Amino acid sequence: MSEIYIAREKLPGIVEQWMGRYRLFGPVFQGQYHEFEQVKQPGAVDLDFVNTKLSPKGLFHPQAEKMFEFTLDKQNPEAGILKEIPRDYSERVILGIRPCDARAFVLDDVNFNTNDIKDPWWVRRRECSTLVGLACNDPCSTCFCTSVGGGPFDTAGLDVLLVDVGDGFVAQAVTPKGEDLLAGIQGDPMPGEAPQKIEDLKKAAEASLGKAFQVESFTQKNMLDLFSDPLWEEVQFSCINCGTCTFVCPTCWCFDIQDEVSEDKGARMRLWDACMFPLFTYHGSGHNPRGQKLQRVRQRFMHKLKYYPDKYGNGVACVGCGRCVKACPVNIDIRQVARLMSDGCVCPA
Amino acid sequence: MHNPYLPYPVRIESVVTESEDRNQKTFKLVFLNPEDEARFRYMPGQFAELSVAGQGEIPIGIASSPTEKGFIMFTVNKVGKVSSHLHNMQEGDIMGVRGPLGNWYPWDTLEGKNVVIIGGGFAFTTLRSSIVYMLDPENRSKYGNIDVVYGARMPGLLLYKEELAAWEQRDDINMHITVDGTTDPNWKYNVGFVPTVTKEKAPSADNAYAIICGPPIMIKFTLPVLTELGFPPDRIISSLEMRMKCGIGICGRCNIGTEYVCKDGPVFTLEKLATLPNEY
Repeated sequence: MSEIYIAREKLPGIVEQWMGRYRLFGPVFQGQYHEFEQVKQPGAVDLDFVNTKLSPKGLFHPQAEKMFEFTLDKQNPEAGILKEIPRDYSERVILGIRPCDARAFVLDDVNFNTNDIKDPWWVRRRECSTLVGLACNDPCSTCFCTSVGGGPFDTAGLDVLLVDVGDGFVAQAVTPKGEDLLAGIQGDPMPGEAPQKIEDLKKAAEASLGKAFQVESFTQKNMLDLFSDPLWEEVQFSCINCGTCTFVCPTCWCFDIQDEVSEDKGARMRLWDACMFPLFTYHGSGHNPRGQKLQRVRQRFMHKLKYYPDKYGNGVACVGCGRCVKACPVNIDIRQVARLMSDGCVCPA
Repeated sequence: MHNPYLPYPVRIESVVTESEDRNQKTFKLVFLNPEDEARFRYMPGQFAELSVAGQGEIPIGIASSPTEKGFIMFTVNKVGKVSSHLHNMQEGDIMGVRGPLGNWYPWDTLEGKNVVIIGGGFAFTTLRSSIVYMLDPENRSKYGNIDVVYGARMPGLLLYKEELAAWEQRDDINMHITVDGTTDPNWKYNVGFVPTVTKEKAPSADNAYAIICGPPIMIKFTLPVLTELGFPPDRIISSLEMRMKCGIGICGRCNIGTEYVCKDGPVFTLEKLATLPNEY
């Protein structure tokens, strides 16, 4: 796979070039934090960031999206029949995505894109996207990607990996799609020390992360034993079921489907939803299989750390981005939950 | 790419009020497009999402049998927003159906076996589908004895009364209809709860499978009876209900342990259920 060097001052020019050919999405500073959005000005992309506050899952699975439209006008022969809506699936580049977030899409793929059933919107958006990742030279204290099978320089899910080596970026193609993207741009001469620099940065980043827990120490336990373990009493105690963890999580994909109507026009909507909310499982009859907070808190962690790995044999459904750790108003820390699931508390090295 | 979220448009062909409390109505639906009907190939035990534009969707077991051509049928209990709206819809109205969804009773495994069907209340819908399917002349010889225990609180709450009466007349199916209680002096059938009647009639477990659908309380007290009769957990089959949205194993709502009830179920053996968290 090819590798090119882009001097720092040349990057805006390349961004501009891509904007001419593709829809370009990247991290944009919003005044207080960075978020992924479609870039209108080449200078708006800001790669000097730790990570976005929200995960980029909304690029493939928007928080609210119209699934279908319909009319209820009785004069219209199509009244009550749901219709597909045209969507923009033109090629796009997502620049500056972190390796943890790109890996999340790979974990989410097994849910949205199966052999027999495919979510058409997820699949088409994945197909039309080229992911240009940005390696993490300085992971933050809430990051734990290396504990869940990823890494600060991991390329899973990426088409190109950018490494910031100081005066510029080394761009490494990971897939043929990434190869095509790099083929279109003019690189600068690669500094001789770049390969060694990348090695050193990668080692230092990985060393700074350590191991927060051992995944196998709970994934290998019996599901029902973990389910009935008293640890959930402790974990749920402070939880206020606000759902923030699910909102910021790149591997929380659960959604609701609801109809919205204004006069005689309507739309079927798909909206993010979460296992933290009692209505999520509330039957029409009044019965609720997860009516208690403990059950809902347990569902979230068990789904990520036990049910998903058992179902798909694909590792845990957590990429270690640490967003839930940062955003939780009552300081519930998934790393601590994982350690409790591993047999009491095993403190990290 | 086929969009699994897009309902097939259907027309309501008929609406029948099934129960005297008027809480259950049966809707016969006809596909507007013949190619949609051809695509909707189902087996007894599966369900579909009934879609009403502007109201939403509800997951409902398919009450018709694939041997009945030209329509599909659903018996809907009036509970929430969509089902209440649907109850007021009329013959000729247009709505949608998405499916068929989920797995089905294990018809391949059941070939050459005796089948015991136990149902309670309005959970008799996919069991009706199963009975009609097995009694079809093409299929009847594939199965051994068929025993049916079906109970409701009172006679007026039994679904499909005419068909029940017709099945009572046949000699290739043993019907055990029961009600919890009745003041009707002409009531010809059993009086008693489903578990008690099952125990009395004691269908043999030899070479037999039991399919049981009904309210949780009925299932709870019938399972020990089946165990006593000699049915092992891998030959007791049930169908779960969960709140659902997508119906295709994507939206996450009906997750129990490693299973999505909508896609991996709703039909599970008791043996399988014993390995899952009992959050249903």
